[in-house]
Parts: sequence; C-alpha cells; structure tokens
Amino acid sequence: MANHDTGAHKSHGGSFKSYLIGFLLSIVLTIIPLVVVLNDMMSRNATLIVILAMAVLQFLVQLFFFMHIRDEEKPRYNLMTLILAVVILLTIVAGSIWIMTYNMTAG
Amino acid sequence: MLDNLKEFASEFFVTGDPLILGAQVSIALTMIAIVIVLTYFKKWRWLWTEWLTTVDHKKIGIMYIIASLLMLFRGGVDALLMRTQLAMPELNFLEAEHYNQIFTTHGVIMILFMAMPLMFGLFNIIVPLQIGARDVAYPFLNSMSFWLFFWGAMLFNMSFVIGGSPDAGWLAYPPLSELSHSPGVGQNFYIWGIQISGIGSLATGINFIVTILKMRAPGMRLMKMPMFSWSVLSSCISIIFAFPILTVTLFLLFLDRFLGAHFFTLDGGGNPMMYINLIWMWGHPEVYIVVLPAFGIFSEVVAAFSRKKLFGYASMVFAMIAISVAAFFTWAHHFFTMGSGANVNAFFAVTTMIIAIPTGVKVFNWLFTMFRGKIQFTTPMMWAIAFIPCFVVGGMTGVLLSVAPADFQFHNSYFLIAHFHQVLIGGVVFGYFAGLYYWWPKMFGFKLNEHLGKWAFWFWNIGFYVCFMPQYLLGLMGMTRRINVYDFDMGWQPLNVVSTIGAFLMGIAFLFQVWQIAHSIKFHKKDTTGDSWGVGRTLEWSIPSPAPVYNFATIPVADERDWWWEEKERREQGIQPKAIPLEPIHMPKNSAIPFIKSLCWFTAGFGFVFNWLWIAIPGLIGVAICMLVRSFQYDTDYYIQVDEIKRTEAALRGAN
Ligand code: HEM
Ligand SMILES: [Cu+2]
Repeated sequence: MANHDTGAHKSHGGSFKSYLIGFLLSIVLTIIPLVVVLNDMMSRNATLIVILAMAVLQFLVQLFFFMHIRDEEKPRYNLMTLILAVVILLTIVAGSIWIMTYNMTAG
Repeated sequence: MLDNLKEFASEFFVTGDPLILGAQVSIALTMIAIVIVLTYFKKWRWLWTEWLTTVDHKKIGIMYIIASLLMLFRGGVDALLMRTQLAMPELNFLEAEHYNQIFTTHGVIMILFMAMPLMFGLFNIIVPLQIGARDVAYPFLNSMSFWLFFWGAMLFNMSFVIGGSPDAGWLAYPPLSELSHSPGVGQNFYIWGIQISGIGSLATGINFIVTILKMRAPGMRLMKMPMFSWSVLSSCISIIFAFPILTVTLFLLFLDRFLGAHFFTLDGGGNPMMYINLIWMWGHPEVYIVVLPAFGIFSEVVAAFSRKKLFGYASMVFAMIAISVAAFFTWAHHFFTMGSGANVNAFFAVTTMIIAIPTGVKVFNWLFTMFRGKIQFTTPMMWAIAFIPCFVVGGMTGVLLSVAPADFQFHNSYFLIAHFHQVLIGGVVFGYFAGLYYWWPKMFGFKLNEHLGKWAFWFWNIGFYVCFMPQYLLGLMGMTRRINVYDFDMGWQPLNVVSTIGAFLMGIAFLFQVWQIAHSIKFHKKDTTGDSWGVGRTLEWSIPSPAPVYNFATIPVADERDWWWEEKERREQGIQPKAIPLEPIHMPKNSAIPFIKSLCWFTAGFGFVFNWLWIAIPGLIGVAICMLVRSFQYDTDYYIQVDEIKRTEAALRGAN
C-alpha cells in the first residue's frame, strides 16, 4: 500500500474497442456450446470436443482482452505464473484421466 | 407451540452427551464472561477500532495467532479424548459415532484452523518487517482473509454444539460424505466452514506473493531476501494453485448434496474415486504449504543462534521453489491401494522419492550452518535442533510409505498415523513454535520466560516420542486407524497405554506454554533495543519492538543478505548510516467491511448448512452490499505527517 506511489499505477492499455470485442467474443463463445448441448446437435464425443475447444478459446480471450497478458513489463511474473498454471492444469487433467482409466466402474 | 419448540431445540442443539453438555455450558459461560468483562472495562470501542476493523498486518497477525492457539487447544482436547478411549481395550468412553466425529474435527481443526492460521500469523507479522515494507500489498484484502478464516472456523466449530459434527474423516471421502450416507447437517458444516476460510487462504496467498515481489526495500534483490520470506513465497505459490482445487472439489460435493448432482455418488454415473483423486491434488501440496514456512523459520533461527551466515543460500532457495512445484506431482501416493494400476503407482512412487532429495539438501544446509558456529541454546534454537532428527525420521518413514507395494501393508494403519504426526508435529508445529518464540519479542516487546519454555520444550519432545513411536509398532502389528475399540486378544494394549501417556505429556507441555505466556506477561522485562536476542541478522530487528504502525520511519537500502548484521558491524566500526530525510507516510485506513462481510458469509453458510434459504439469501445479499459499498469508497488512505513520525520515533527510541 504505502509503496504504491512508486509507479504501480499505470493504466492497463485496453481501449474501449478491445474491451467490446473481448466482451462480444466471450459471449459468442459461451452461447455456442449452450446451443450445441440444448439442441442435441452432435454426438456425445463431438459435443465434448466443442465444449473443450470453446473453453480454451474463452480462456485465451480473457487473457488477451481483459488481463492484458501482452502488455506486461519485465520481469514478466504474470507470464511465468500463467505458464506454471498451464503446466499444473494439464497435470490435473491428464493425471486424472490416467489415474481414473483403471477405475471406471460402471461406464 | 411449546412442544414444537422443544422438539426443534432437541434436534438443533446436540443433546444427550454429558461431555458435550459440559462444553455447551462452558461456552455459554465464557461468552457471558467476555461480554461482562468488555462492558465493565468499557472496552467495546477499543476492541472495535483497534482490532476488529484494523488493517495493520501486525495486529492481524496477532489475531491469527490467538485464534490458532485456541484451535490448538480444541484440537488437542480432541486428541486427548481419542487417546483416552484407545488406552484400554473395549473401553466405552467414546462411542463409535462420537469417536468418528472427534477424529474428523481433530484433523480438520489441526490442519486448517490451527496450522494454517498460525502460519498466516507469522507471515503477517514478519514478512513486511523482513523485506522493509510498511504493510502488505493489499491491507484491506488481508483483513478480509483473516475474518473469512475466523468466521469459517467459527462455523465449523459450531457443529460441535449445534446440529452435530461431521464424521466422515478430515477429507470427507464420498460416498460416506454424500447425502446417501451422511444425511445430517454435519457434512454441510464441513463444506461451508472450509469453503469460507479457504477463500481467505487463497487471498492471503495472492497478497503475500505480490507483497514479496513488489514491495521489497530498495536494493533488496530477490537473491538478497531473507530465507523466511523465500519460504513464504514458495508456500504461497503452492497456495494459489492448490486452493482453487480444494474449492472446486468441495463445491462439486456441495452440488451433489444440495442440488442432487452426481459427481461423486454411487449411482447416476458418479464416481467417488474422482473425489479422492481431486482432493489429494490439494491435499498433498497442502502439507508442503504448511511445512515450507517452517523450513524458512529454521533457516532464520539456526543462522541467528549459530552467529553464522546460512550455509548454501542459493541451494536453499532452489530447494524450496523446487518443492513447491514438485509438490503437485505426487498426489496419488495417498491412494496407492485404490487400484489405478502398476504404472500409475510406479510413477507416483518415484516422484515421491524424488521430492525427498531437496528436503535432504536443506537438512545438510542447517547442519553445516551450525558446524563451528557459536551456538546459543535458547528456546527457539532448541526447537530448531529438536526438529532435525524428528523430521529426518518422519521423512524416512515417509519414503517407506512411498514404496507402493509396501504401502498396501502400511496404508491406513497406525504406521501412517505415526508418520504424518511425526512430520506435522516434528516439522510444522515445532517449526512454528520456534518462530513464535523467536519473534515473540518483535511482536510484543518482551521475551517469553526461557525457564518455563524449556520445561514446555522437554515435555513436548519426550511426550511426542512416547506417544508416536509405539504407534509405528502398533501399525506393523495390524492396528488400523479410525477404530475406537479393539479386543483384548490383539495384544495392542501395552503400546496403546504408552502412547496415551505420551499424549498427556504433550497436554502438560501445552499447559506449561500457557503458564509461560501468562507468567511472561506479568513479569517480563521490556526490550528496549529492538534486537532482543542480540543476534538478529535481518531487517525486522533493526526497528523498535513492537514496531510502530508504519514499521519503518525511513526505509533502508538493504542490499546485503544479512543486512542488519552487516550494518551492526559497520556501526561498531563507527560508520554511521546515511541519514535519510523523513517524508509523510502513506497508510491505509481501517475498515469495518471485512468483518461485516465475513459475518454475512458466515450467515449465508449457516443458512446453507440447514438448508434455510431465508437465512442464506439475506446473508448473500449482505455480501453483495458490502462489495458495492466498498467499490464506492474512495477515502481509504491517509498520511502520517513528519512531526508525528518524529514524536513516535523519539518516544520509541528515546526510551533506551
Ligand atoms: C498433540 C498431539 C496429537 C495427538 C495426541 C494426536 C492424536 C491423534 C489421534 C488419536 C488421531 C486419530 C487416529 C485414528 O483413530 O485414526 C489423530 C488423527 C489425525 N491427526 Fe492428530 N494428534 C495430535 C496432533 C496433531 C497435529 C498437530 C495435527 C496437524 C497439524 C494432526 C492431524 C491429524 C489428522 C489430519 C488426523 C486424521 C484424521 C482423520 O482420520 O480423518 N494431529 N490424531
Ligand atoms: Cu502426500
């Protein structure tokens, strides 16, 4: 708190336009899986893939349009944290799939 | 009408057990006593303005520590009750149901409401002082974290007298924790108590990472930072990745129980094993979260009382960061017996063994730091020295457990119980005690009585070995955990009696500590130097004890590893530090919102526990209102003017 005046307050370079685009993109990316699921448009596996793909895109939209991951100055702590987060995330998903494959009771 | 009320009350309050009745009466009496004392001494306003609404990291830290010591008491009483039940075969002191509740609350309280807050208390008090900051990065959020923890813990503890305690183990494995097997409210208390305090823990993790990365004194590069702050950073890295996993897992369990979802149920396509898989992705990092700061404390204490630089600074830093990341790759060793196949087990056995290596590196670093040092056997140093053999043995039994095929024998036996208590007590508790004794004079301006402290130390240590060494044998003899009775012919009685005696020795040790604190408050000698032990090496010892609100009147350029030690040597040679002109200091204002908002969360949680939406919804609305109000507050800071700083400093420093 006390040290804040030493330059922590820089504006985070988002323009109105980029926020608007981000907002619209994130809405569209939310609606697509909803429509697919509610209308039973695809097979089970295809639906899963669509949901996952939209989730990943959504994640990227949030990062670039709202969290300004590109604009960070050095040292890039946010980027480092993000990479670690992705590693852990992949571990969670892949590890769970691996561990649970032998454990699928009634499928 | 009256009958209805009676019926309601008999279900609402836990009744029928003399132990619990005793507790209810004593809780009621304590509360009345507190109200009377506060009113009589006209202390309500003081309590509100000085403590409940404070955003000062030092005061928040003290509140964390008080709360955690109370929780240590509660968890300890639970432990003694269990050990009493187990002392003799076929005792009827605690029935099975009650025993289940007690080991569940004991486990949850010790880890989440004792170890975590004690750790956060030390973070709060020490980190800003050690890195030359005037507060944490987000003081308001910090107060929010504390009150979320506090009200979450209160909600959890309430289950003991209202509604009934959870009884599905400290990690609440389904299907036992599902509605089908635990229809009561106990499990809801578990979920909401942990969720509410868990948000606080996550926020603390973020807060301290930012504080450490952004608010160090000028000149203090990361590789010049004191080791405790490094350990806090590594622990917080684990927190911010692990706690969201816990939150999501418990939320899914909540959906199962509250909305009839089927994530972990036995029917409807759910899979309870998925819960076990998920919860340990938090659970394993959690054990490192609590032990890393203890490693940091030992590094500080050992260096200070050996009057030497810490040996192998860089390797220590590397080991800590390596542990905080590697901790995420070992979780399946908690369920080798679940049947995930040989490859999975082999992989996780190896990762577990690998993580023991950086820990071993640290042990050697501490030993080399002591080597040829001028060691002073003060209480903090004694705890640090006692920790080493204890943790080494605990760690080695851990490596034994990590041998997957052997674990089929050890799993869920008293061998496991002995192992994790050895690392949790010998590592975490001893570590935090070392820190508490070491930094106590920094917090309060006087040392704790060393003589009584040594009594407590010996009782704790002897008690520990007497209690837990027999349990390794009991485990090998086939005694499983979470049982409340056993037969005469098992041959377990002699060792169990010994173990119970050890537990009571630790109980006596705790009483010595209470006595020690009370005695020292009454008869202490005020410390006037700020460097109470005379051997301080880092920044926190360069300012008066207790530190003024703003911590540092001027922030020194701390560009050496043991800056204060070097500075003392310079001053001895007559080199005076360059005077830095005073400037007005920018400080955060107190706020009542964290307290009120957490109370609203508590209310909402309470409503959800009993499925009373008429309480839950107003609680949530209260939370929303608090957020709104805070968003429109602009007047949240103030300046301390130069003449006031001068006056404060003169009063603090002039005294000596
Ligand atoms: C002060 C001395 C302590 C004693 C005498 C003690 C004793 C016990 C006993 C008797 C059990 C139940 C064993 C069973 O029936 O399965 C237990 C379980 C447990 N204890 Fe302790 N304990 C102590 C301290 C601690 C501390 C400091 C921690 C953590 C920081 C801790 C964490 C746990 C956990 C997580 C469990 C497992 C609960 C469960 O089965 O769900 N204990 N302890
Ligand atoms: Cu583990």
